[in-house]
Amino acid sequence: MSTVYALLFIVATLVLVIGLARKIAKYAKVPAPLKIPTTPAPVTQTGVVLRMFREVVFFESLFKSTKWTWIFSWMFHLGLLLVLLRHVRYFMDSVWLPIELIQPFGMYAGFAMVAGLGGLFVRRIFVDRVRYISAPSDYLWLILLGFIGFSGLMMSFVVHTDIVAVKQFFTGIWTFSGGALPVDLPLLVHITLVIVLMLLFPFSKLLHAPGIFFSPSRNQVDNPREKRHIVPWAKALEENEKN
Amino acid sequence: MAKATFDTPELQEFVDVPALEEGTMAHIKSYVVNNPDHNTDLGFPGELVDDWHEKTLEKMADLCSRYRSFQVYLDACVKCGSCTDKCHYYLGTKDPKNMPVGRQDLLRKVYRRYFTFAGKYFPKLVGAEDLTRETLDEWYSYFHQCSQCRRCSVFCPYGIDTAEISMAAREILDSIGYGQKYCNEIIAKVHKIGNNLGLPGPAIENTLEGLEEDVEDETGVVVKFPLDVKGSDILLVTPSADFFAEPHVDGLIGYGKVFHEAGVSWTLSTTASEAGNFGMFIGSYENMRRVSMRIRQAATELGVKRIVFGECGHAWRIAYAFLNTLAGPFDDLDPNYPVPQHICEFTNDLIEQGKLNLDKSGNDDMTITFHDSCNVARATRMGDKPGGQFEIPRAVIKAVCNNYVDMDHNTIGEKTYCCGGGGGLLTDDLMEIRVKGALPRMTALNNAIKDHGVTHLAAICAICKSQFTKVMPYYGMDMDQIVSVHQLVSNAIILTGQQTEEDEDDQESEE
Repeated sequence: MSTVYALLFIVATLVLVIGLARKIAKYAKVPAPLKIPTTPAPVTQTGVVLRMFREVVFFESLFKSTKWTWIFSWMFHLGLLLVLLRHVRYFMDSVWLPIELIQPFGMYAGFAMVAGLGGLFVRRIFVDRVRYISAPSDYLWLILLGFIGFSGLMMSFVVHTDIVAVKQFFTGIWTFSGGALPVDLPLLVHITLVIVLMLLFPFSKLLHAPGIFFSPSRNQVDNPREKRHIVPWAKALEENEKN
Repeated sequence: MAKATFDTPELQEFVDVPALEEGTMAHIKSYVVNNPDHNTDLGFPGELVDDWHEKTLEKMADLCSRYRSFQVYLDACVKCGSCTDKCHYYLGTKDPKNMPVGRQDLLRKVYRRYFTFAGKYFPKLVGAEDLTRETLDEWYSYFHQCSQCRRCSVFCPYGIDTAEISMAAREILDSIGYGQKYCNEIIAKVHKIGNNLGLPGPAIENTLEGLEEDVEDETGVVVKFPLDVKGSDILLVTPSADFFAEPHVDGLIGYGKVFHEAGVSWTLSTTASEAGNFGMFIGSYENMRRVSMRIRQAATELGVKRIVFGECGHAWRIAYAFLNTLAGPFDDLDPNYPVPQHICEFTNDLIEQGKLNLDKSGNDDMTITFHDSCNVARATRMGDKPGGQFEIPRAVIKAVCNNYVDMDHNTIGEKTYCCGGGGGLLTDDLMEIRVKGALPRMTALNNAIKDHGVTHLAAICAICKSQFTKVMPYYGMDMDQIVSVHQLVSNAIILTGQQTEEDEDDQESEE
């Protein structure tokens, strides 16, 4: 049982890392032939970094558009971040101080995460416009993430899992020398769903995570008059015309 | 053509987000190219090809490899819904396929079906659908109901820009021979004659001579409107509407007066007698480039040092953001000035230097508000600071008129509502969508009229001006309530040596 999970976890990690790397490489390789930043846009590279920082950390554009969606999705994402940081301790032997410090917040961030997902789910059902654009997978993602959060909270607050054993299992996973995974339901549900999440991530709309960094309307400097911007295929087109 | 019948939406105090009503705009379909030459002149098949299914997918793969925006935008959407109430066409028509994400999904569901793992094996789960003949018709209908105004891209957490998707969709349709008559006919005209309206050189010359006479009659000063004058300092490129219709032509008179007072030598060109570039509307880099090259060529032939663009929205986007890429580099021009410059930048510089003698009372019969044209606002800049595109036109207007108020702040600047006629929609067969799409802008304007006594709407885009001229009467306003910014400049400017009314009075009393 533990070996099966260890294998699954390794496969899922590989799929996630390689899948994402391939997508990112693809995005990076496809050229953006024209300058299309949504203006008013920064006129320097530093400005672009700041703009992207505000987008990624504060969801600036979403804040401008829909306050409810912003509240719920920010709660979810921030909660998720804290929870993930808290989880780092399961994968390292001597835990870094920042991770130590985050532990108490991480515990409760799980509630924010689940509440945020709940809010997004309710919006998806009750706002007619959002319902119209939703495919089954859009609901399923929220449900999947919700159950991951819920099962995690169960372990923290209701049925305590033997986390020492869990840690042993994960730190030893690469060598197959780790301990046995404790057999209790919330933990198995939790880990199974996380594996599903990792397997599907590179093939799903969760690609918005790397995608945002490649969005030309957000990541381009507004300087087309100052600097000529030309990509290889456009350059080739030009050369061909000359001949 | 039978006049289309539809109800003009009634103006309310606010634009409420409507409950969606499927298919209200499904019947809207602009004319398809009926003269195959208009497709082939642009490098596309004359009519819908037999192997359109295969060709469509080939083109999509091609776009995936050439445009990062296409690939990333199709993948990244999470269906959060934040764009759903941002499109003026949705607000005016209630049709969910006019919601930005609804419109994109028409293409995205096909992309998913053929280009993604999930869509290939679990199409129902992720909302992927097969490409059918009906899909093409739906694309044709709804992607020609997008003015590519980019309002949605402001509000999307990932900056997904429906303009990019609708350009791509139109390029795909063109590549299989399913082009739109309005856009393609115009581009063919530019390639052949040199401008969108198909005005030949002599007609332009004639118009310019007429303008010289008008200005002289009015002011007593000879202001030249030169055409094809070699060795001029400045090449002015302006939309052909400026030679042709009200209120555009009043703007052109304004530019002429400004250049005259600046004491610069300038010229228009018959080969580059069009600022507009419909190549962008159909997403065709090649056509955009071909249209842009005329300007480059004219600049070289005339030996000018600077290029200035007249009032136009999408044209300014191509000029500002793409010209250097498409037709550059412009190393042979004067490096002290940006290439190209917007006429508002030019005029504003003169105003700041105190070189224009302005009498604001020339516009005292009007209370003005300003319409930020979509592509100027969200796709370009003026001056050297972000947001200059909002400040500079307003600075010009405020320098030439006493009565200025802004419309509701949620409807201007980067959040501006589109006029409803841009992006290749300015054709009579799309009147219904144009009128309904103008609802949010008309609402904000109507409020400014009621609350602040606004009488006129000033704009710096030829399409906005043409669109408002047509659409305002549907909402109980007058077509001449839309004015050019440089028309206002023209009204206020006192030319050197110009006889003022006071001078005339003095003369009369001396006599």
